[in-house]
Amino acid sequence: MASNTELTPTSYIDHHLTNLTFQIKEGGFWVLHVDTLVTSVILGVISLGFMWLIVRKATPGVPSKRQAFVELAVEFIDNEVKNTFHGDRNAFVAPTALTIFIWVLMMNAMDILPIDIMAWIYEHVFGLHNWRTVPTTDVNTTFALALSVWFLMIFFNVKVKGLGGWLHELFCTPFGKNPLLWILNLLFNFIEYVSKPLSHSLRLFGNIYAGEIIFLLLGMWAATGISGTIFGTLLGAGWAIFHILIVTLQAFIFMMLTVVYISMAHESH
Amino acid sequence: MNINFTLISQAIAFAIFIWFTVKYVWPPLLRAIEERQKTIADGLAAGERGRHELELANQRSSDVLKDAKQRATEIILQAEKRATEIVEDAKKIAKEEGDRIIVGAKADIEHEVYSAKEALRKHVAELAVAGAAKILRREVDIRAHADMLSSLEKDLRK
Repeated sequence: MASNTELTPTSYIDHHLTNLTFQIKEGGFWVLHVDTLVTSVILGVISLGFMWLIVRKATPGVPSKRQAFVELAVEFIDNEVKNTFHGDRNAFVAPTALTIFIWVLMMNAMDILPIDIMAWIYEHVFGLHNWRTVPTTDVNTTFALALSVWFLMIFFNVKVKGLGGWLHELFCTPFGKNPLLWILNLLFNFIEYVSKPLSHSLRLFGNIYAGEIIFLLLGMWAATGISGTIFGTLLGAGWAIFHILIVTLQAFIFMMLTVVYISMAHESH
Repeated sequence: MNINFTLISQAIAFAIFIWFTVKYVWPPLLRAIEERQKTIADGLAAGERGRHELELANQRSSDVLKDAKQRATEIILQAEKRATEIVEDAKKIAKEEGDRIIVGAKADIEHEVYSAKEALRKHVAELAVAGAAKILRREVDIRAHADMLSSLEKDLRK
């Protein structure tokens, strides 16, 4: 790559996994990953804006091909939500699921872009030395989504059951109402509430991050010689094709878990 | 893997995207889809109704057809009966006419027979007179024996 330092495997991987940062204030927390934020926002605006442009002119008659495509996505999501969530899904849950699916899918799909070509473009077209293409390989993104869902979950718990009802549930489920079991119930619920956002976010992050690392390793193999180039290319192509599945599947899983968590918040035990 | 302010910014972006979808993307499409579903449902209902009406119309038409056939049969029967009647009437009239003709002919024949007999009597009388005249030659006078001749004619008439 076009850095001045000597090119070693470590520096190659480091280069690809370093964020473009912006220091807002003093302190370790006040760092902004500009690449993550800009890429994800652009993707969100493009995908949702695309849907909005089509939906704005949606006709109940014979739909255009683009409208049919959007309807396909929307009805797919709507069906999944309908099977899980029993309530007025159109008010919030289904559109949220759609947002998550489309957005995460787009962010994951950035993984399929060839890393080194993209790095060259960022470097020479935009003059950006460090730029991570895939927002979901940034743990901040996945945690932001998972924690937002987590807060939504608590919000709906309180909204549907009332604060008392929710606290009652925290203390009296899943084992029973006996006061002796309160501590145990609370502990159990605590673990559940901690593990939910962790597993939710880390599953997405881990899958996409690992995919990215494999692309990097294949790219490094390609640098070792002709046979390495051939096998690296072939395996890279194969991995990219397989990655189409992972990208979609992870977006779908993330969406489904969101719907399930919010549905669970609506139902009392 | 360091958590930092990016998380907050992503959460804000996420919230904005959700708001945008909930408010601007989902409702119009949902409206369109629901409206279309209604249209399709209405269309299906109309189709069902049409099918039902077609069935009814078929039934009605077959009823009408059956009725028409029955009436046609009746009309044919009546016509045949009427035809038979006409033929019978004609036969009767013809027979009467024939009888009348026969009666007239018989009367004519009798009349002819009578005239012929009359003529023959006259001839026979004349022949008898002529014969008698030849036999008697001088003695017999037409005027003197007129009485005798007329009585003879009377006898012949009987």
